[in-house]
Order: sequence, then C-alpha cells, then structure tokens
Amino acid sequence: MPPILRQAVGGAREVEASGSNVREVLDDLTGRFPSIRGHLLDDGGDLNRFVNIYVNNEDVRLGAGLDTPVAADSTVIVLPAMAGGAV
Amino acid sequence: MKLVTSPRDHLAAVKAQIREASAAEVAEALESERAPLLIDVRERDEFEQGFIPGAVHVPRGLLESRIESVVTDRDRPLAIYCAGGSRSAYAARTLLELGYTDVVSMSGGFSGWKQNGRPWKVPQVLSSAQYERYSRHVLVPEVGERGQLKLLDSKVLLIGAGGLGSPAALYLAAAGVGTIGVIDADTVDVSNLQRQIVHTTDRVGMPKVDSAELTMRALNPDVTVVKYTERLTSENVLAVITGYDVIVDGTDNFPTRYLLNDASLVAGIPVVHGSIYQFEGSVTVYKPYEGPCYRCQYPEPPPPELAPSCAEGGVLGVLPGVVGTLQATEAIKLLLGIGAPLVGRQLRYDALEMEFVELKMHRDPKCPVCSKQPGEIEFIDYEQFCALPSRALQAPQEAIA
Repeated sequence: MPPILRQAVGGAREVEASGSNVREVLDDLTGRFPSIRGHLLDDGGDLNRFVNIYVNNEDVRLGAGLDTPVAADSTVIVLPAMAGGAV
Repeated sequence: MKLVTSPRDHLAAVKAQIREASAAEVAEALESERAPLLIDVRERDEFEQGFIPGAVHVPRGLLESRIESVVTDRDRPLAIYCAGGSRSAYAARTLLELGYTDVVSMSGGFSGWKQNGRPWKVPQVLSSAQYERYSRHVLVPEVGERGQLKLLDSKVLLIGAGGLGSPAALYLAAAGVGTIGVIDADTVDVSNLQRQIVHTTDRVGMPKVDSAELTMRALNPDVTVVKYTERLTSENVLAVITGYDVIVDGTDNFPTRYLLNDASLVAGIPVVHGSIYQFEGSVTVYKPYEGPCYRCQYPEPPPPELAPSCAEGGVLGVLPGVVGTLQATEAIKLLLGIGAPLVGRQLRYDALEMEFVELKMHRDPKCPVCSKQPGEIEFIDYEQFCALPSRALQAPQEAIA
C-alpha cells in the first residue's frame, strides 16, 4: 500500500487480499476498506489513470490490466503518482 | 653481477622475438577489416605533444597493470608504438608473454610516422591540476581520462535546487560536470535546511540558485553554473532546456513534471526523474523514444487530495539525499554512456524497511505524447490538466522542490 492510502487500511504497509486476478483482489480489498475504492478505480470500475498496479513488479496497465492473473503468493503493489520533491 | 649482454644486443634479441611493422604497413592495416588497436606506450608528456588519432595511451610503465582493462580480447590485433620503436618492442614482447596473440611493434615509432607526413593530432588532456582532482575517476577504466574530459564537456540541468537537487548539485559539481544549469524561483528558507544541503544557514533569504552556485563553485571551480531564477513554463521551457545533455528532475508538482516530460521529448533530452514522500522515494530515467515516458506511466495526475506535497506530508531529511544521489549516478552514467540506466525500470526505495524494489514499466504505443514525433507534440495548459484550483486558492503553488 502506498503511504497515502495506509491510514485508510489501518496503517498497514502490506495487507492480504484474495482473488485470482487484480480486479478480484481490488474488489476484496475495497470491500473491506470502502474508502479507498475511489482512489483506485473510476466510476466505471476501471483503474484510475494516476494509479499503477504492479503484479510481481510488472506494470499491468499495458498488459491485461485488471484481468491480470494473481497467483496465491503474488505481490501486488499499488502506486499512485507522487509529485515531490520537497518544498 | 656480470654484464652478459649490451643494451643494443638485448634490444636486438627482443626484436627477434616479436613482429615489427613499418608505419606504412600499420597505416594500411588500420584501413583493413581487422584494423589493429593502436597503443601508445610513451610517457604522458610525450603523448601530450601529439599522438596518432585513435590510439589508446598506456605508458610502458603501466602496461602490465592496465592492459587487461583496455584490451579484454587477447586475440585482438594490436599495434604498439613509442617514439622511435625501442620501447614498443619491449612492450610487444611483454604483451606476447601476457598471452596477446596478434601484436606488432611499429618500427620508427611516432617520429617516423610524423616524418612520413601521416596524420597526428594534439590530444585533449586534463591539466595537471585536473588530473590530480579527478584521479580517482581517471583510475576507473570505465571513466578514465577520456570519460573525465567528457564530463567536463557535459551540460546537466537541475530542475530545482531543493531536496533532490541539493545532493545532485554537489555530486555533479564534484564529478566535474562542466556546465550545471539550475532553475529555481525560490529563496532559501530555514525549513529547507533539514535536507537541502547545498544551502547554508547564513544564506536564508538568498535566491536558491545563487546559494547553489556558491556551494558548487566552492567545491569545484571547474564548474560553470548557469542560473535561472524563474519557473518552468510552456513559454520558456524549450529555451531553458535546449543544449543540455541530461535533465535531473527534482520538482515537487505535477504541472512541471508533465510539462518537462513533453518538452524533453521535443528536445530529445533524457530526464532522470526522482520523487519522494515521507520515507519513500522513486527514481527512473525517461529516455525519449527508447523507454516509457512519464505520461506512459501516469496518463493523468491524481486529484490534489491524493497528492500531498512534502510541505504537507513531510519527508525524512536524508531521504532526498539517497534519491538525489541515485539521480546524480544515473546522470553521470548517461553522460558517459556506461552501464545500464534505469530506462523502463523504476527503482523504489523504502527507508523504513531499508528495501529497494525494481518495477518494470512499459512504453504505451497509444501514449498521447510519445506516440507522436517531436515536431507534432504541442504543449497544453498543464495547470488546468492537473486541475489544481483548490490548492491554488489556498496558497500560491511552490514551483520547485
């Protein structure tokens, strides 16, 4: 989980979620933590264009997207764009 | 000890064990498909007076210790020369003993070559003061004197003299990058000093570009600092960035990131991107048309509530030190053309876990920007694109990290 969303998931850096693909994993996650849904997915249920999802360190946006399969031991990284720099 | 042979006889005995080639034969070989690598084994002061173009300088006294880093393939054809053909004969025999199989010594040496009217030139060399200053670079084969000269001839632009720009400025100046541009419209604030180590307490209130120049010039007077006390805009961006070899991006806001991305594609300049938040940072290299660009990675910026700046969310002071130093490393590699830059790869650093993760990124064939040719790219209204009105109402947006 990115720092910006950790508070919404109880401060955890890593959370477990189940599903056989990215969509199911995100559904499971946002089912338990509804406040992060709007951060990750748009109204149509697609991945927001300012958030990237990496399954086993590979960006899924230009591959199968939310249909990318997720194995039992896969790591899914959620990464919104960061602006900083430090003013 | 009894002298068993005269120097003259000794040289003759050595020459009997090697192959010699005349200047004409070497010149002909250089034009052939299996052109030999020329190795100049004279002393440095002789080399500085003139050498045969293309030759690598390895003084006779350093031959045994240096040759393996210069020539890895022992079957590569080598033509050795000195001033007159004696030292090169000894050098050739040494190379045969070290297992190099195709070695000739050029009879008549550099003097003969010159007298025949063959081409030679005066090498570009480091001054003795520079040789001393950059000796630890010169010793590294991947940099060497040639690489150091390249750095001195290079131009890097720092976008921002803040958290990320500070360590980058220091290391790039120390490395002898000849021209360092700095664009930043801010002045030094006391709250910067927890991490912006290019500035000092007695410079609070001074424009950051002036403070950065003082520090860099004090560290290395070889560096020319070009200052831009302004913000990067669609109007000035091409005028500012054109002519630089590499851009180090240390901005803190999305409009500038997207503007810089689009402009760097137009100008064909690689951008070493760094970003930080609290305990985590990220580095990547956007090399125009070779890897993904910023817009391939993030087609749109997040809404303001999902993108707090470090002024809002805070940052561990040493974090930009790590990330900015990684950016400086990538910039130097790009300038020298060595190693594997972070193109299509994003390095994530988590200071709390002390963990580095490498993420793979892909170029988007439908990218609204880098799917177009440079001439077709048009700048947009980045403030509007990034939809920051809520923040703009609260406080003027700080442009640069």
